[in-house]
Amino acid sequence: MTDKQKKQITGSEVLIKCLENQEVEYAFGIPGGVLIPIFDKLVNSKIKFILTRHEQGAIHMADGYARVTGKPGVAIATSGPGATNLVTGIMTAHMDSIPIVIITGQVVTPLLGKDAFQEADIIGITMPIVKHSYLVKNVNDIPRIIKEAFYIASTGRPGPVLVDIPKDVSTDIFAADMDQEMDIPGYKVPAKGDKKDIERMAGILKGSKKPLLLVGHGSVISSAEKEVKALAEKLRAPVVSTLLGKGGFPESHDLSLGMLGMHGTAYANKALINCDLILSIGSRWDDRINGNTEEFCIGAKKLHIDIDEAEIGKIVKADSYVVGDAKLVLRDLIKLIEPLDTSEWLKECEYYKKQFPLKYDNSKGLTIPYIIDEIYHLTKGKAIVCTDVGQNQMWSAQFYKIDDGKDWYSSGGAGTMGCGFPAAVGAQFGRPKDIVVAICGDGGFQMTIQELSTMAIHKLPVKVFVMDNKYLGMVRQWQELFFDNRLSGVDLLGNPDFVKVAEGYGIKGININDVKHARARIKEALDYKGPVLIHCEVHKEYNVFPMIPAGKSAFHMMIDPPKAKK
Amino acid sequence: MANTDKKDIHTISFLVANKPGVLVRVALAFAKRGFNIDSLVVSPTTNAKFSRMTITAQGSPETLEQIIKQTSKLIDVIRAEEHSEKETIHRELALIKLKHTPSTKPIILKQAEKFKAKLISEEESFLIIEHLGTTAQLDELEAILKKYNVVELVRSGKLVIAKGRDST
Ligand SMILES: Cc1ncc(C[n+]2csc(CCOP(=O)(O)OP(=O)(O)O)c2C)c(N)n1
Ligand SMILES: [Mg+2]
Repeated sequence: MTDKQKKQITGSEVLIKCLENQEVEYAFGIPGGVLIPIFDKLVNSKIKFILTRHEQGAIHMADGYARVTGKPGVAIATSGPGATNLVTGIMTAHMDSIPIVIITGQVVTPLLGKDAFQEADIIGITMPIVKHSYLVKNVNDIPRIIKEAFYIASTGRPGPVLVDIPKDVSTDIFAADMDQEMDIPGYKVPAKGDKKDIERMAGILKGSKKPLLLVGHGSVISSAEKEVKALAEKLRAPVVSTLLGKGGFPESHDLSLGMLGMHGTAYANKALINCDLILSIGSRWDDRINGNTEEFCIGAKKLHIDIDEAEIGKIVKADSYVVGDAKLVLRDLIKLIEPLDTSEWLKECEYYKKQFPLKYDNSKGLTIPYIIDEIYHLTKGKAIVCTDVGQNQMWSAQFYKIDDGKDWYSSGGAGTMGCGFPAAVGAQFGRPKDIVVAICGDGGFQMTIQELSTMAIHKLPVKVFVMDNKYLGMVRQWQELFFDNRLSGVDLLGNPDFVKVAEGYGIKGININDVKHARARIKEALDYKGPVLIHCEVHKEYNVFPMIPAGKSAFHMMIDPPKAKK
Repeated sequence: MANTDKKDIHTISFLVANKPGVLVRVALAFAKRGFNIDSLVVSPTTNAKFSRMTITAQGSPETLEQIIKQTSKLIDVIRAEEHSEKETIHRELALIKLKHTPSTKPIILKQAEKFKAKLISEEESFLIIEHLGTTAQLDELEAILKKYNVVELVRSGKLVIAKGRDST
């Protein structure tokens, strides 16, 4: 600084430079008073800022972007209400281990803790739902913190990292080196698994006659698709996946039994009951696939591969486990295993598939699963599918077979209504050339409907299917099945004409309300080159089956609706 | 109380980055799992970048294992380890304030002496006894003195340090 005449730069400029160094393409968000200095430096930046209509929209877009590209998403919000509007999306990303770097503006440091205008303790509020967070107190720390934030967010078990920047820090003059080392001695990223652990696992696998591979989100995050396939094919083992593990193994593969769990396929759940060994690759045995640990895979050997040691033994006590990155662990494991004689077992699974196929019935009106089945066939299984939450989500998981995990977005751990549509917008930003389909419920869609603006302005050709059953369908289904059909708080009376809503935003709207015209209209929508909303007025009281009641094991699966239906 | 877990007392030592918020992050991991913290000591180490947290808490060994894993995961936690009494030196300090009468004072002092506890203050009819020892020793003297009008009691919480070559 003394000998060379350096241009004075501020914290804001440093921040933007650091984000550029991380190859950030898009930042989603909404500005505010304390962010103006930062936004000023965005003007001449390569980073494209996407103005959303609500901060929740921004964080779900960052999430959708991250899942389909494998790169960290970035969201920006102002202090106080701007930051708190992110909370649902941060929790959604945290539950599903999604790398997002969140930049929040904060009040000036002298006012911190003094209830200043728009002050919120966002670090405190989000502490249980982030992987890590920083309050930046010194402008000279910005390069190190941003480097650490991206590294922490995207390595190991990924997750959201929040960086809170007081306004005075973003306007302070920077007087340090841009090139700074990370300083996180407490952060370890497991890579390869322990050799002995892998040998032990291989030894146990040898004895199995009825092995089952359980593919979780960890497989997808690790991009272990090739290795999972090699393992399944070498062992000749059938494969089930969790909701977020979809695509971790191609669902169109002969060995795939689709999704297991609460609304999984009957054959996946039958295989679960009857296997003699289950190997989880990056799944956390959560309560949607394992309602009752006592009755879970009784007598079967349980093997567990996870990058997060805290998942080992959390729910299921494994007979053998390996801590490490799924891809690397599988590479080593595959070398140690021999093909198993599973022909009887595969025949058994084949029988379940034939005996208990997924099905739907349009005889009483247009159904959501039928529409999804059509979308699957018309897109030849090649679309990126982003679901919302509820019945629409479960039917999407059942009927849209996914062959690559990065083509699937669904809120698994959090079950966040309203995430699907903005996530699809984020996904389309990340993969502009691919077909992106959003499948939403009429309830969830109205929670983030304002992002139709964002989609329209950027002319994103997302195909938004709004499944209008005029109910909070999934809750209505539970009330029908478990509370004597006493409906309470589920009627979405007053739904708008969604085609008109779309048109109001300058988006093409298509209505589908009968079986006869459905396929042609779906095709029209999929072929349309711009943003399009498809309002699907469907059978109001159609239910998702199979279903395992909450808290129960797969033994209690209802494959079909109960007979004595009112 | 409806918890059927077997409850043991555990001492966990954390080496943490000396940063604001780290205490909250660690405490949250305990709270999330319903683990009650009995005592907690935060202190500097030989390196200004790190601090030491020593926590004693009650709960089942399985839950404890989970908590250690969950806290080890925190970016600001360098190391988290449970320590058995065998492999460590552990100490605690108690300050006990009693209101005495002429007849109880000699008894109090005699009991204190047995435990090598010291009288460190005497004002009006108030005595303050300082007791350094193991948690069990402190508990024992405390139980005895309780009969003699203890008005206040402050304990430091347990400190542990690994013996010999091992690091804490
Ligand atoms: C933000 C949020 N609020 C409430 C719920 C509880 N919930 C789960 S599914 C569901 C119904 C969803 O209705 P809709 O969006 O119409 O989808 P459908 O089930 O009808 O397909 C509700 C209310 C939730 N998951 N998320
Ligand atoms: Mg609905």
